[in-house]
Amino acid sequence: MASRNPARPLSPHLQIYKWGPHMLVSILHRATGSGMATVGTGLLVWWLAAIAGGAESYATFIEFFTTDTGALNILGYVIGIGLTLSLFQHMMTGIRHLVLDTGAGYELKRNKMGALATMVASVTLTLVFWLYLGIK
Amino acid sequence: MGTGTPLGRVRGLGSAKEGAHHWWHQRLTAAANILLMLWLMISVARMPGYDYGAVRLWLQSAWVAVPMILLIVSVFYHFRLGLQVVIEDYQHDETRVVWMIVLNLFTVATAGIALFAILKVAFTGAPA
Repeated sequence: MASRNPARPLSPHLQIYKWGPHMLVSILHRATGSGMATVGTGLLVWWLAAIAGGAESYATFIEFFTTDTGALNILGYVIGIGLTLSLFQHMMTGIRHLVLDTGAGYELKRNKMGALATMVASVTLTLVFWLYLGIK
Repeated sequence: MGTGTPLGRVRGLGSAKEGAHHWWHQRLTAAANILLMLWLMISVARMPGYDYGAVRLWLQSAWVAVPMILLIVSVFYHFRLGLQVVIEDYQHDETRVVWMIVLNLFTVATAGIALFAILKVAFTGAPA
């Protein structure tokens, strides 16, 4: 690294290429994965530990994300919808990765359609999940 | 690995002599995570309520505690492998080693707490 000659040409990077759906879902996969691994892990572990800790510790957890009426507060909605959307997006781009791993889906049009489909699917699944919670 | 010929010994190993297991384990856990996370989302959505009694009753069932333990193992191993790649991509100097150690400590500590919490609820049975 330190011995790199600055006169040598660099390989083209993000500012050279025209953005396409395949690039967007690629970075979304990494962003959602990293987000869930940190925020999601913290929340899941806190939730499980709160259940194990007893009614009082569970109330502390619930209080953090709900209003006095028991409905979700703004933080509850932002984190709840953010994590479910992240999960479904990561799941869909993950399935896309498994397909690409087999060597399939690299034709330009099909690749673009697949990338767009992951975002349509993740938004749809998130909507279905929250609508189901809402009408339950 | 291989038949003992120079080509057979090096095939698939690369200069680091390992690494394929990282790629393969990430795919294996990815496939397991699809099933486990779909189960979690459906199971959570179908819970009768989210008050303490309902959630505790849900988690102490073997039908929930066992898949939850499997989920923790598979998902946490998967994010450990994934965050390793992120660190390798963005940390180019010695800080990479520090972050890698932090990542291992984070994964083991959070997994330990989660597994203990699940087992505690599952083994202490009905509240009252």
